[in-house]
Amino acid sequence: MTHPQRAAEFLRDPARAAWHDGALWFIREKRDAASLQVEEWEELRALAAAIKAHTLDGLAGYLEQFERNARALGAAVHWARDAREHNEIVHGLLREAGVTRVVKSKSMLTEECGLNPFLARHGIEVTDTDLGERIVQLRGEPPSHIVLPAIHLKKEEVGELFAERLGTEPGLSDPTRLTEAARHSLRERFLAAQAGITGVNFAVAETGGITVCTNEGNADLGASLPPLHIACMGIEKVIPRVADLGVFLRLLARSATGQAITAYTSHFQGPRPDGALHIVLVDNGRSTIAADRTHARSLACIRCGACMNTCPVYRRTGGYSYAATIPGPIGSILEPLRDPERHGSLPFACSLCGSCRDVCPVKIDLDDQLLALRATVADPRSAKTRAMRGLAWVLSDPVRLERAGALGRSLLRLLPGVVAQGRFNAWARNRDLPDPPPKSFRQLHAERQRTGGAP
Amino acid sequence: MRVGLFVPCYVDQMFPDVAMAALEILERQAGVGVEIEVEAPSGQTCCGQPLYNAGQWEAARPLARRHLRVFEHCDYVVSPSGSCVAMVRHHYDKLLPDELGPQSVARRTYELCEFLTDVLQVERVAGAFPHRVGLHASCHSLRTLRLAPASERRTPPEQDRVARLLRGIDGLQLVEGARADECCGFGGVFAVEEEAVSVAMGRDRVAAHESAGAEILTSVDMSCLAHLDGLIRRDGGPIQVMHVAQILAGRSPGPR
Repeated sequence: MTHPQRAAEFLRDPARAAWHDGALWFIREKRDAASLQVEEWEELRALAAAIKAHTLDGLAGYLEQFERNARALGAAVHWARDAREHNEIVHGLLREAGVTRVVKSKSMLTEECGLNPFLARHGIEVTDTDLGERIVQLRGEPPSHIVLPAIHLKKEEVGELFAERLGTEPGLSDPTRLTEAARHSLRERFLAAQAGITGVNFAVAETGGITVCTNEGNADLGASLPPLHIACMGIEKVIPRVADLGVFLRLLARSATGQAITAYTSHFQGPRPDGALHIVLVDNGRSTIAADRTHARSLACIRCGACMNTCPVYRRTGGYSYAATIPGPIGSILEPLRDPERHGSLPFACSLCGSCRDVCPVKIDLDDQLLALRATVADPRSAKTRAMRGLAWVLSDPVRLERAGALGRSLLRLLPGVVAQGRFNAWARNRDLPDPPPKSFRQLHAERQRTGGAP
Repeated sequence: MRVGLFVPCYVDQMFPDVAMAALEILERQAGVGVEIEVEAPSGQTCCGQPLYNAGQWEAARPLARRHLRVFEHCDYVVSPSGSCVAMVRHHYDKLLPDELGPQSVARRTYELCEFLTDVLQVERVAGAFPHRVGLHASCHSLRTLRLAPASERRTPPEQDRVARLLRGIDGLQLVEGARADECCGFGGVFAVEEEAVSVAMGRDRVAAHESAGAEILTSVDMSCLAHLDGLIRRDGGPIQVMHVAQILAGRSPGPR
């Protein structure tokens, strides 16, 4: 299945697609309002982009500095080349500590690595503690959005799920009471957990500290109640200085949800006094992207999700239409870079409107990167490529262009039905074809030249 | 100054009046004291954008080189299309790395309204158009050429060049609907490859302009308008589309 097929499937329920579009547009508007309040918003974006570019240029050095300083604070630091190594490291740490119950706060990296199913296969029960993630976990689904994992679900559907899985009263759809029920059941999980896994939003090289942002405080509980805290991060999460945090924290929540700052912004400087902190640094293809001149900037992403909320395609087709861990514009770059075969249709799931580039807090040139990827993933032997080469041949000569145009206009005039049924079918299924003009501009212009000006 | 009229391939073949209107507007500037000589080189074909956007960069390169050659002798190149100008001015550097010097004609290429306001410093194009008009801000004119402020950015209020020219027309009333600068879903190959999404996006735009009370929907890009017009006519909507050049050149809405 390709993106267009899954998108068409989603749009088969236009009312639901419109609801999804509206829910995300609401967040885009909140983001607009929040960014309007910051006079220096565009300067902040430029600064954030510059810090990320600088860091990625010297990534190895900053990672080593981070490792040294994190160790000095008492944390253990592990390096994972890929998803498998990451999962094995985490599993090894849990096995060594005899852990069978884990609470996990939101981490797209562990989604990317498939950590939950891996640990489940080894008899370890993982509870996702972010409310949205808990909802999709109970449904056996992946997140459909990186910040709002259950944005594709209506509150009534959550009510049904909770009635079945958490024993709430049937028909309950009040968000406050549903949240209360989830908190209640999660509290038991927190208390019973022997280890907590969190993601990392920022890792500060000069201190060795890590920063985790949540709205529910679930990362804090997970990192503080059990004695073992494992923090998993992609290597691109490192930033040079504590001062840089001020730039990114002002951008992150405003871009993500329109909040000035997340409800909880927690800074972990080494393990708690009687506990252990393990930080797992994961490459999983990132260093390859970092070495790619065209796409290195995609690693600047701070996973705010603003590009998804603004994307007119994502809003109308839902996160699952991308069939990838990270959906939306940034996912349509990162995923095909990792697996072009599987995600080859994603760079084309874009009308090139550029809105993602303009909301991106770190100024990733998303639309230009998607265009560049189209050239990379295009199959030179496909029928599409052959058709495009034919088009190029027609367009490379004014006489050929005129003949082809005249033929097209005649066909449209004489056999509009045939044209609509034929190769322009995808255009004409829901759109009328334009009325063909009798003459092209170049004909009219030539006649005008001959008659000396007047059209 | 020698101005080359850059006529997008699909405008040449399917919407010739848009190019004719642009030509007339430019020629009229000579009548109001501007030293301007306008030509429409017959050797031009296509800037290569359809191929470039489809990922066929190899096939697009000869078209781009040809385009630059055809217009090389011009002081300015002007086109009634934000999208095609964005291709030449913004994307040629990526398509033909190290081939475009600082003097390249690609850097002297302007969208029609932009050329009028920024280069010729035109304050007002005289004319009358007693209609309620919705302006579709095409994405490339907005977020690549920056002809108007985009809703995503917190920037000092740049002037909206197209709206300013339209407001100067007697009787023309601009009306604005919800999500004024959201994409219409044309997007070139996107319109056919992602047909379902493209159509959904287009219908949303049409609905916004309809509820704002627009009689005429206009834009600097005929490609967006052709897509929207196809939807309007299929769905039996009341709105008519006209390219901005047609309004500025004094055309009246056709019979429905």
